[in-house]
Amino acid sequence: MKIEVNGEARDVTGTTLAEALAELGWAEARVATALNGDFVPKAARGETALKDGDRLEVLAPMQGG
Amino acid sequence: MRDFYGVTLDTPLMLGTAQYPSPAVLESAFRDSRASVATVSLRREGGQGQAFWDIIRGLGVHILPNTAGCHSAREAITTAQMARELFETNWIKLEVIGHADTLQPDPFGLLDATEALAADGFEVFPYTTEDQVLAARLLDAGARVLMPWGAPIGSGLGLNNRYGLRMLRAAFPDVPMVIDAGLGLPSHAADALEMGFDAVLLNTAVAQAGDPVAMARAFALAVQAGALARAADPMGPRDMAQPSTPVLGKAWL
Repeated sequence: MKIEVNGEARDVTGTTLAEALAELGWAEARVATALNGDFVPKAARGETALKDGDRLEVLAPMQGG
Repeated sequence: MRDFYGVTLDTPLMLGTAQYPSPAVLESAFRDSRASVATVSLRREGGQGQAFWDIIRGLGVHILPNTAGCHSAREAITTAQMARELFETNWIKLEVIGHADTLQPDPFGLLDATEALAADGFEVFPYTTEDQVLAARLLDAGARVLMPWGAPIGSGLGLNNRYGLRMLRAAFPDVPMVIDAGLGLPSHAADALEMGFDAVLLNTAVAQAGDPVAMARAFALAVQAGALARAADPMGPRDMAQPSTPVLGKAWL
């Protein structure tokens, strides 16, 4: 299905957030996720279903002031 | 020193982690600043987040994630939730920006987000102005620390409204307060501590100095001097001169 990941169109075959993250190479990464603007805790990724057009944000620790 | 949500800091300096010429300079600047807290952010993972996490953990200081760049309460709340999981802390430096040029806080969004986050167990450090009414509302909403600005973020202007800041400090003597944003020089930091603020938070003043490590050292000395001076109970200013050398016993010449 087609979803948007960090602002870019991506094609994923997985149907859950956890599967999509693994496909995108972030299975083990220290990242936090939000789906369509709502936070999805790590523990809930396995049961969070994705659908066409979903907007996924995958954020990592970064420099800040 | 006053504690921040139960944490007593070793030094009254909080330092940002952005804009350094290199990770090595960041690490050296932190070491020489003797900062107790590092502020961090969250951004889209582009491959550098994992290495940065290792650097931050290596600093051995408390981590204060921010919600920089958020322009609505909703955005800030979601960012805070993500930060809590990512950085494993309930602390959040809550920024809800209301104006693109001044990066001034949006008081209404800030209040909404503070209320929601405090109710959700967050320990909120709201980035606010010197406005006393807003300060009271933020405290009512569950904030137990306030972070009034010195001047707009990145401006380096120092304490723009000393009168307002002095009034704020006096109005809430028991609330831990951090002057956040706008400091450009060590003297600004010393000034804030002499006025009774409990800590300062800065980033650009160190990171964008010609020699960030030397500037970090200068800030370390300044906050130490400011805190010592405050504890020593400074004299009040006087409009008229008063001789310090005794008048009594002066020769008739």
